[in-house]
Amino acid sequence: MKHKISVTVNGAVREAEVESRLLLVHFIRENLRLTGTHVGCDTSHCGVCTVQLDGEPVKSCTVLAVQADGRSVNTVEGLEQGGKLHPMQEAFTEKHALQCGFCTPGMLMTASALLERNQNPSEQEIRQAISGNLCRCTGYLNIVKAVQHAAEKMRAA
Amino acid sequence: MRTDAKICGMGHSMKRKEDPRFIRGKGNYVDDIQLPGMLYMDIVRSPHAHAKIKKIDTSAALKIPGVLAVIDGPTLEKYKLHWMPTISADTQMVLPIDEVMYVAQEVCAVIATERYIAADGADAVEVEYEPLPVIVDPLKSIAPGAPVIRKDKKDKKDNLAFHWEAGDRAATDAALEKSDVVAEQFVYVPRIHVASMETCGCVADFNSAEGKLTVYMTTQAPHAVRTVFALVAGHVGLSEERIRIVSPDIGGGFGGKVPVYPGYVIAVAASVVIGKPIKWIEDRMENLQADSFARDYHMKVRLGAKKDGTMTALSIKTIADHGYTNASANPMKYPAGLFSICTGAYPLKNAFCEVDAVYTHKPPGGVAYRCSFRVTEAVHAIERVVDVLAQKLKMDPAELRMKNFIAPERFPYKSVLGWEYDSGNYPAALKKAMDIIGYEALRKEQKEKRARGELMGIGVCSFVEIVGAGPSKDFDILGLKMFDSAEIRVHPTGKALARFGTKSQGQGHETTYAQIIAEELGIPASDIQVEEGDTDTAPYGLGTYASRSTPTSGAAASLAARKIRAKAKTLAAHLLECSEADLDWEPGRFFVKGVPGKGKTIQECAFAAYTNMPQGMEPGMEATHYYDPPNLTFPFGSYICAVDIDRGTGEVKVRRFVAIDDCGNIINPMIVQGQIHGGLAQGVGPALYEEIGYDEDGNVFGGSFLDYYVPTSLECPKWETDHTITPSPHHPFGAKGVGESATVGAPPAIANAVVDALSHLGVTHIDIPITPEKVWTLLRKAGAAE
Amino acid sequence: MIPAPFDYHRPGTLDEAIGLLVRYKDDAKVLAGGMSLLPTLKLRLGSFGHLVDISRIAALEYVKEEKGAVRIGAGTRNATLERSELIKAKFGALADALPLIADPLVRNRGTIGGNIANGDPSNDHPAIAIALGAELVARGPKGERAIPASRFYKDLFVTDLKADEILAEIRVPLPLPRSGSAYRKLKRKTGDYAVAAVAVQLSLSASGTIERAGIALTNVASTPVEALEAQKFLAGKTPDAKTLAEAARLAAKAASPSADRRGSVEYKREMARVLAGRALTAALERARA
Repeated sequence: MKHKISVTVNGAVREAEVESRLLLVHFIRENLRLTGTHVGCDTSHCGVCTVQLDGEPVKSCTVLAVQADGRSVNTVEGLEQGGKLHPMQEAFTEKHALQCGFCTPGMLMTASALLERNQNPSEQEIRQAISGNLCRCTGYLNIVKAVQHAAEKMRAA
Repeated sequence: MRTDAKICGMGHSMKRKEDPRFIRGKGNYVDDIQLPGMLYMDIVRSPHAHAKIKKIDTSAALKIPGVLAVIDGPTLEKYKLHWMPTISADTQMVLPIDEVMYVAQEVCAVIATERYIAADGADAVEVEYEPLPVIVDPLKSIAPGAPVIRKDKKDKKDNLAFHWEAGDRAATDAALEKSDVVAEQFVYVPRIHVASMETCGCVADFNSAEGKLTVYMTTQAPHAVRTVFALVAGHVGLSEERIRIVSPDIGGGFGGKVPVYPGYVIAVAASVVIGKPIKWIEDRMENLQADSFARDYHMKVRLGAKKDGTMTALSIKTIADHGYTNASANPMKYPAGLFSICTGAYPLKNAFCEVDAVYTHKPPGGVAYRCSFRVTEAVHAIERVVDVLAQKLKMDPAELRMKNFIAPERFPYKSVLGWEYDSGNYPAALKKAMDIIGYEALRKEQKEKRARGELMGIGVCSFVEIVGAGPSKDFDILGLKMFDSAEIRVHPTGKALARFGTKSQGQGHETTYAQIIAEELGIPASDIQVEEGDTDTAPYGLGTYASRSTPTSGAAASLAARKIRAKAKTLAAHLLECSEADLDWEPGRFFVKGVPGKGKTIQECAFAAYTNMPQGMEPGMEATHYYDPPNLTFPFGSYICAVDIDRGTGEVKVRRFVAIDDCGNIINPMIVQGQIHGGLAQGVGPALYEEIGYDEDGNVFGGSFLDYYVPTSLECPKWETDHTITPSPHHPFGAKGVGESATVGAPPAIANAVVDALSHLGVTHIDIPITPEKVWTLLRKAGAAE
Repeated sequence: MIPAPFDYHRPGTLDEAIGLLVRYKDDAKVLAGGMSLLPTLKLRLGSFGHLVDISRIAALEYVKEEKGAVRIGAGTRNATLERSELIKAKFGALADALPLIADPLVRNRGTIGGNIANGDPSNDHPAIAIALGAELVARGPKGERAIPASRFYKDLFVTDLKADEILAEIRVPLPLPRSGSAYRKLKRKTGDYAVAAVAVQLSLSASGTIERAGIALTNVASTPVEALEAQKFLAGKTPDAKTLAEAARLAAKAASPSADRRGSVEYKREMARVLAGRALTAALERARA
């Protein structure tokens, strides 16, 4: 019941032997010790576990690690490149889009994926895109503003 | 703003100092902690609301490789840890011996080498139950002759947890009798849950070589927990100087991480017995179903008035459902919290309120969920009944409020139920809200829409909150007075370290406390390192809940900083070879009066405190202050929302939501606004979506995110926020707490809007959560459904 | 939160996958997007010794127009369908429904095939497939067979699929000229299942009468419900407000909802009527456009 997997995580190939039932979120947090991705529920609702699987934001608590074999996974730790923060990370601080920080990594992965697809999303499109990520602290408005701000910055760059 | 952007004191929207780690995914939450040799704990829970435990068969579980032990009630009984006190001085089971009292109650705990194996172990434990009769209806529980739920309490013959009252019953009844009009309404504020994104958990680590216990845990009140552990487990060798509680980063608290849950105690016991660190992280269903709850108040509200709308008297009779034990986080003298704030923004001359707390077969509780203490319930009652009164008098609800508000000149105002409101200007807040939302235009639009058969409503809520518990003469939790603390140390190079007895769970203390100190000392906020949560280093405090950090520790910070500034003045005079009387102060610098070029910076004074003290002065530059607040603070606000109702489905859409808040002087406007946004979302939730309920067998609904409806970005409207500023006269820098205002003010505003939309159909009340079906049922009855 | 142990297989082709079902029988379960199966396994509400992962079989992911139908590979993700211009152009019901299925993250993984083959009346695709007159193509050890969607659902979680068959394709006939379809769904909040939902496709004759009506309901019975009486009533009629209202009433009559937290029996049935009326009106508008 164990399988050898090879997953490209934040650009680096990581290999491991894992149980079939190991959830991707636990592979990331415990095998790889990347604890930025969080666990918040047990019914696949909250989205704090969101990572990008081949560029698409998905709930890593509802993906098996074996399903990521041969694929690429990007987590929040991979957003900062060469000491430079991703514009979305800067925008979140700029616009006070986080308070306790627990939903933040998932939000960042969903929001940055959105801007890859849609460089100028409307407020409604942003709210729709992050509707699978729950937040209890911010009331969402500043998160929307942060995404708009990041989009503006990235379009200008 | 008195300071510039570099110093960044009060009033600056400083970007948060805690953000860098969170945006990188480098927060340090309890489940991120890994210690060598750490084991995992998973809890087996009862599927029955009330049952006898006939047998616990752990044989299959113990056969699983990696399962090390199963801890049950009898194991803890050997150490007298199977029961523990609650923070309301009731008692609660840690693990049961013979009976379980609510669905999801802890029955036993499996300890294993890995998380997945602990789950397998918990699944393999077989428990045999004999179901017993269940009481979930508090009205049935309090009826004479009801079976006694707390048979463990000697001589207890009923299910009353406590009775509490405030005010003059006879005078109030008489005043109501004499009133021209009495608005009477039953209001039920149902059970909800804080549902912070991070659930509760701990890593308990008992070092047997040193006899020292360290517990990393999701707690908003680490010192109180340490003291309680010492008192409760002193007999098994835990001693307060060798207990360390560490609150790492917390993913949302809102009051839900104040109680000591059985899981923590079991983990501690397991660590003591096994001698290894034990990690326990609850999953979401455990969190929603077993960890306490909030609200659950059944209230009969009566508000009397003259026919011109002048309010005369208020009476509220409440049945409070407390679950099987009173584990609520209320100050001892106020078992129903600060419910007597129910007279609100109105100068009622007669008022009486009483609360009967009742036991039922449900989880223990309740927590103070972003409501100060029971203020959401009190405000919901008064603001709902004011609208009922307005409807009865055929008066506009905003007009009725304006007519009655306590006038701005009357502060400090002593309410008939005994609170001295520090300051307030209620008419200004309501007027601002009305202007911003365009109240007159909305009323006009409503009239036009009504003529066409379209449903639109406008809801007003003017609330007074009461936060910052509290003065030592009246406030304590289990005897611990509710002061709070700050300890500031300035280093030779002029940088500072500040520690507090509170604990942020997202409120931004690392930033706001730095700004408070920057304001007083002129040291740049970016040079001030703030720490909280480690009981080995932080000064004693009661923690963060009930919007108390700014009113208590914030005050302590400014007073400690002023002590340091006084010492700095002495040092400056010494360095400048003049007398202290010759010196003036500007942010960050003392200078000789009239000779601005001749001065010393605070950094130079700090350096001198270690290198060049005047004769006889104690070296170093630090100060501690334990602040005993002279009074609570009374933030307030007016919220107005506009809703549209779908006549076919009953769905309510919040079209606009305007929130005007007054929390006195503002430390960081950006952070305050963020607190309001978040509180509004946690107000929309209970107003339209969230509820935990039970069928008559005690089975729960709303026990997972499948049916506990937390609003997403699509359920939340675009908040429109603004403020007025009415400083608190007794607070060192005139501030009040603000974190909870929006959770308090939003639900009544929305409920009032929905009733307003349907008032022409004869609807006078609707209980939250306002589901589409509830609305549709009212429309049906009125013959107005599509 | 943690599933019980199981073994995992990742066949490269659909036939290999079928071979595994033949080999492991009841103890094997097909894993596609995993958005229904994995939550079930995590809560230990069901268990299987062998998961057969078909989610990486690229041959199962396609959306193409061919021989008078739009053919959708069962492994196509809902997010892909949501972005498909072909789907949006031809099937208003799918354009309406897709943004309302679960949430965007779930749609990045969940497949139309899983949504259809689950046999869960609370999933959205089944009623839509029925209303659009779709055929479901099942592949087994003996080959393929096409099953009309309206005959696919037998009972709660029971479909016509045999234990050794896997859903391979959903074939949706190209709409007749002058057709329009719509989906109207009531839910308590984003991400929740429907309180009730109705899928409608109307095709008009040249004279404007109703040539064909497909009406099906989500989550108001133990299977998706085809509103046969309502469909029959509409055939040949001139669609005016009164006719549509009566059709909506008949559609609601076909519902047999159970009471739960999402609503009482009466409310759900009434909502079926209201939503059917709205879906019919929208479909008609699109048919006339």
